[in-house]
Amino acid sequence: MTAGTLAKWRVSPGDPVSQGDIIAEVETDKGLIEVEVFETGVVESLLVEEGAKVPVGTPLAEIATVSVPASVSAPESAPESASVSAPASVPGRIISAGSSEVDLDGPMASPAVRRRAHELDVSLQGMHGTGDHGRITLDDVEGPAPPAPSDRVRISPYARRIASERGIDVRRVHGTGAGGAIRASDVLSAKVPAPGKPVSAAERMQRAIAAAMTRANDEIPHYYVEHAIDMGNALAWLREVNASLSVSERLVSGVLVLRAVARALHKHKKLNATWQGAEAVPSEEIHVGLAVSLRGGGLVAPALRNTNEGSLSDLMARMIDLVSRARAGALRSSEMTCATITLTALGERGVDSVTPIIFPPQVAIVGCGATAERPWVVDGQVVPRPVMHVTLGADHRVSNGHQGARFLSALDRLLQDPEKL
Amino acid sequence: MTLDASRDHALELLRDMIRIRRLEEKSAELYSKEKIRGFLHLYIGEEAVGVGAMHALREDDNIVATYREHGQALVRGIPAGEIMAEMYGKANGCSGGRGGSMHLFSAERRFYGGHAIVGGGLPVAVGLALADKMKGESRVTACFFGDGATDEGEFHESLNLAALWKLPVLFLCENNEYAMGTALYRHVSDQDIANNPPAYGVHADSVNGMDVVAVERSVHNEAELVRETSEPRFLELKTYRFRAHSMYDAELYRSKEEVEEYKKSDPITNLEKRAMGDGLITQADIDAIEADAAKEIAEAVEFAEQGEWEPVESITRHTYARDLS
Amino acid sequence: MGEDVGRYGGAYAVSKGLLEEFGEDRIRDTPLCESTFVGAGIGAALGGMRPIIEVMTVNFSLLAIDQVVNNAAVMRHMSGGQFEVPIAVRMATGGGKQIAAQHSHSLENWYAHVPGIKVLAPATVQDAHDMLLAAVEDPDPVFIFEHQMLYGIEGPLDTETTPPSPWKAAIRRAGTDVSLIAYGGSVHKALAAAEELDKDGVSAEVVDLRSLRPLDRDTILASVSRTHRAVVIDEAWKTGSLASEISAILAEDAFYELDAPVARVCTLEVPIPYAKHLEEAAIPQVDRIIEAAKGSVGGG
Repeated sequence: MTAGTLAKWRVSPGDPVSQGDIIAEVETDKGLIEVEVFETGVVESLLVEEGAKVPVGTPLAEIATVSVPASVSAPESAPESASVSAPASVPGRIISAGSSEVDLDGPMASPAVRRRAHELDVSLQGMHGTGDHGRITLDDVEGPAPPAPSDRVRISPYARRIASERGIDVRRVHGTGAGGAIRASDVLSAKVPAPGKPVSAAERMQRAIAAAMTRANDEIPHYYVEHAIDMGNALAWLREVNASLSVSERLVSGVLVLRAVARALHKHKKLNATWQGAEAVPSEEIHVGLAVSLRGGGLVAPALRNTNEGSLSDLMARMIDLVSRARAGALRSSEMTCATITLTALGERGVDSVTPIIFPPQVAIVGCGATAERPWVVDGQVVPRPVMHVTLGADHRVSNGHQGARFLSALDRLLQDPEKL
Repeated sequence: MTLDASRDHALELLRDMIRIRRLEEKSAELYSKEKIRGFLHLYIGEEAVGVGAMHALREDDNIVATYREHGQALVRGIPAGEIMAEMYGKANGCSGGRGGSMHLFSAERRFYGGHAIVGGGLPVAVGLALADKMKGESRVTACFFGDGATDEGEFHESLNLAALWKLPVLFLCENNEYAMGTALYRHVSDQDIANNPPAYGVHADSVNGMDVVAVERSVHNEAELVRETSEPRFLELKTYRFRAHSMYDAELYRSKEEVEEYKKSDPITNLEKRAMGDGLITQADIDAIEADAAKEIAEAVEFAEQGEWEPVESITRHTYARDLS
Repeated sequence: MGEDVGRYGGAYAVSKGLLEEFGEDRIRDTPLCESTFVGAGIGAALGGMRPIIEVMTVNFSLLAIDQVVNNAAVMRHMSGGQFEVPIAVRMATGGGKQIAAQHSHSLENWYAHVPGIKVLAPATVQDAHDMLLAAVEDPDPVFIFEHQMLYGIEGPLDTETTPPSPWKAAIRRAGTDVSLIAYGGSVHKALAAAEELDKDGVSAEVVDLRSLRPLDRDTILASVSRTHRAVVIDEAWKTGSLASEISAILAEDAFYELDAPVARVCTLEVPIPYAKHLEEAAIPQVDRIIEAAKGSVGGG
């Protein structure tokens, strides 16, 4: 019983009462029960009206005794067949997991992650990333999200345990148990990759690049536009500026190209976007990724955030820092994932041009060859000029040759006026 | 009718009945305040049975009782504080807080509970008597039970076995005319309960359970015969409970008028009247007893209030002789 | 004490000759009142005796279950440790003799369910001997279930060596491929099945539970951790059986060892029939054990 109805008062305020007197009748599911008072005194006030239903434990009346007024509370019944009722339980509080904000347009995920998500047919949209800054990791894609039913592996707990101990991927084991269940013997007889030899970081990187490039090649319809740019003005200006700078502060032509690319993108947003499954989402911010080759053969393309901001000196310093950190393996994950376009400059290698493959989910890439003396026609005369071949590779789903060409023209114009960069 | 008792003895009997009465009243109050939980079965109105019987039996005799056993327990000598603490569920209760109101036990005082299954204590009483007989002890095992228990198979089996094996059991039937909510005429085919035992060769008698002196005399006589002959005997004590079966039973099964009528036979007021009428006691005596009882009960409550709760960590203790885990 | 333990010599001749040897005071034929003579045994134990109570069969024990569950099991606890009930109770159990539905129950699990009492199931002559002695000496109520089909078996009896603790299971046969876990009347069937399985290249380990409450979790878990497969044989009905309890224990504590689902071989969910072929079909037999074991090893 949790509540009862005060059926009838047998006393009124002012009435004297003695211990044991019945002062009220309470209606319960078992019938009418009489409420007795345990004090002797005078009824001061009746707190509950006749006919009112009140919870067990509610004070019903106030009795003034000689010393201290006492109150009479609503009784609790103990029906023969039921046990004492427990207090009402606190309703469960549902705490919803906070979803972290992804501060870039589109989900932040490395190429390898994006490829895996593609393989598993898992959408990154709205997925909660557990990496830095909400970056979506491989675990996020492979782990918590329940795999499609066809991905569920029937395997005995014991077999799963030994597979895990041996580093065997249970998805690759053929099960001979009931319903194709994998049993211990199946795991034990599965071919195991040479245990004990850890996969090196370089190998992992190579695999990631392989995955990304394969995907880019498979999915992105590339078009290419090539342009030869006269770098004479740019180099002359650099010589002048560098003359008054210390060695460590000197600018290189690469930083001019970097800034020029960033500036050119202002008016060519279609090249500064990320592909989100079905459409490109342009980015307001411009973060040019710089392809950096690593010792040991790896390649990374970390981004110089907001490449269009700050002075050229600042950009130069940041570029040097970025490259050194890239080579030291000390890049921040945001740098790894936030590039909105990539610049790959192979000038140092001495080749004329490069026809690069876009790093998904970007939609464009700029490749530069070496700046080398070439015969150039100026005012009808053939003169040697420092010429750099620039190739734009772009996603034809997002932009077209016309737009690409205009970008390169813009880039050219910017590089002719280096003071303004 | 004059009391066949001395002043001292009359005072003793009265004191114990009043102690029980006040203990039960306080228990009712504390139950309303949710200090005592679960089931609470009050002895109010039946005091003469418990007092008379316990005074008639020896300290060494075994007692098996029902869930309405506070009276017997108190007079047997279990301190009021330990009874109260047990009802609170505190570790300083006479059963360590493990039993509650219905399961008061005291090994020291040969008080074997406190049984909540109607009729369930009778076989146990038979067994206790069996042990005593085999050991050559001269104890009586007094087994209290209600009229309801006479319906159960165990009652008949126990009479039969005790008679067959000649075991020193004194079967004491506290007939308060109701098996919970079912009146006697509705739960026994032969309303004269005392007709049952002779069918098993057990002597049966009846006594007015509202007259403490008569109860004491009868129980004493019966107990001594049991002790002497080592044969079971049966005594029906006709009594009445003024309160409900348990707390907050709406008593739909009997009329208020009936209860009021029986209250005229209140064993306490009757003893007071007769003893005063005989010039054995005065109002001052009664007042002194009441004052003492009030004090005793107040101290008992305090004892219970101060008691500790058994820590949950020791919950598996007393399941087996040694904790198995 | 019990029905026909004295003059009759015991329904299964267990107490034959005892009346002559120890006299009427100590060997007591009781009337047919299971509740009261079990309760009297409890009372006598409270009074300082060490009664050995025989309930003719588990089928009749149902009349006494109130005394067992509401007195024997709880007296120590309810009295706050003041009283103990050192009774030893023996009952015949099981089916297989065509004595039909009311006389063929296996209700060990009903007793093994209750805290406060202990339950033993001897499957060998040696255990029948040792367990009774252990039960009599134990301060707690101990219930011994003697499978009626085993009363006639013969076996070695060593009364010299200190017996092992009755509360431990025993590996009756070592094996590597599957653990056959059984008690009482099912143990010899498990052993027979293991023999057959051996011929087919399946090495079965046979675990005799011996103690049903407390269950020897350590031995059970150790066995299954070795073999990685378990078949539990229990003559009770599968629903709510001790086999279910053991399955739960394995799921809880040997989950990562299991190479196949735990199999239970129990009596079919029917009252035990009278006709021989039906009774045989209902109660676990060697062929069902073999089938379950092979199923377990063959991939579940």
